[in-house]
Amino acid sequence: MIEHAPPPSLPPLETHRAQMQTEGGWGAYRAKVWAVMVKDLRAELRAKEVFGLMATFSVLAVVLFGLAFDLRVPNSAMIAPGVLWVVILFAGVLGLNRTFGAEVDRGSLAALLLAPVDRSAIYFGKLLANLVFLLVTEALILPVMLVIFDVNLFHPTLLLGLLLGTIGYVAVGTLFAAMTASIRTRESMLPVLLLPVMVPVLMAGVRVSAILIDGRGQNDLPRWLGMLVAYDAIFLIIAFLVFDLVWEEQ
Amino acid sequence: MSTTTLSARPAIRTGGWDVAQLVLNLLALAGMVALMWAALIYARPASNLSGVEQAAQRIFYIHMGCNFGALAAFLVSLVGSIVYLITRELDWDRVTQASVEVGTLCGIGTTLTGAIWAKPTWNTYWTWDPRLTTVTITLLIYVAYLLFRNGIDNRHTRARFGSIYALFAFLSIPMTYFSARWFRTIHPVVFGGENAEGQGGFAIGPSMGQTVFVAMIAFCLLFSALMIARWRQLRLQDRVEILREELT
Repeated sequence: MIEHAPPPSLPPLETHRAQMQTEGGWGAYRAKVWAVMVKDLRAELRAKEVFGLMATFSVLAVVLFGLAFDLRVPNSAMIAPGVLWVVILFAGVLGLNRTFGAEVDRGSLAALLLAPVDRSAIYFGKLLANLVFLLVTEALILPVMLVIFDVNLFHPTLLLGLLLGTIGYVAVGTLFAAMTASIRTRESMLPVLLLPVMVPVLMAGVRVSAILIDGRGQNDLPRWLGMLVAYDAIFLIIAFLVFDLVWEEQ
Repeated sequence: MSTTTLSARPAIRTGGWDVAQLVLNLLALAGMVALMWAALIYARPASNLSGVEQAAQRIFYIHMGCNFGALAAFLVSLVGSIVYLITRELDWDRVTQASVEVGTLCGIGTTLTGAIWAKPTWNTYWTWDPRLTTVTITLLIYVAYLLFRNGIDNRHTRARFGSIYALFAFLSIPMTYFSARWFRTIHPVVFGGENAEGQGGFAIGPSMGQTVFVAMIAFCLLFSALMIARWRQLRLQDRVEILREELT
């Protein structure tokens, strides 16, 4: 009588997952991140849903700020840094709300989560797509500010500050957008959650812009840029670590 | 707190934990009474201040105590959120929620007593001093935390998202503080070039130091009593929720 060998046990789910994550190494991971980003950009190019909103809103907000402050301040360059950053933060909320909100509305969130990629690849892909949206919006805000406030914001260091601040913003914003996407009050909840955590970025960004517009206090630039870099690094790492936990039940 | 509601129904006996809670509540009460006595009577008046500023300085002990309570609460909330994310025990999420609620109360106390104190001393209720800025932003963050929790139906999702947010919230506070401080050092014009800390400052004598010590102990006790009471209440609330689901 032949004794049946015990059936080969299936590898536990965790190893499956681990293989999925590490398969192909760094290059494959990058390709997955890229694929998620390209998917979002392509969807945006076809639907023209987010960018038009963000662009219109930011032009509107700059114009409204210009109107509101025009009669109150002697020199509009004084308020330009604050207006720039507040408009970016508000316009960013619009885009971030759609990043997972659109997936929920289209019913494609489950499909996205079922994709055989690590969740962090989805996070970084979404983050890059949001970064592109927001940077393009900023590229529009700067000339509008030039016209309305008569300040030239096209300064390499200022652009670097903008880039660093925007990275920190979308790093935290993408994670929070993922958390708010599935709750009842998502569109209204995101800014309330996100903006107070963004205060360091706002302050550092405003200072960097103000220093470069005024041309005074250049010695403090490294400190503020360092603050932005530290913020980006800390919150990118933490968001990367906890992003896996966002969709646990599904 | 729960003892009074439970004693209305003789079917449920008061356990050892209820007694411990009662003792803690009484200790907190005694601590607050001792603090009031120390702050208003025992502590010597600040020698370098006079008139209304000297009287107003006595709010400092409550102000400091509230601040200490808020700090302790937010530290505990950080611990609660991290431990919850690791162990997934809902008890730790309740720790986070309870301490954030008590911490928000203490933070509001800090802000209000600070504003009341600032009016006679700085001649304004409000200034963008780094500490004021940080406390305000911190309060807004933790109010957002409580609102966020309210919007989530699933108990475990609520705990998880709440813990993630509490983690981010706590980490952003030191950065907010430093950016607010650097902001000010570059803009030293609010008080005609003087440092805000210099106005209304006073030297601490031995009786004042002891009073600050009493304030810390008292508010620590008050925070623990409120936090544990709220924690137990949240446990009961979850149990009621589970029982209700089983019934339907």
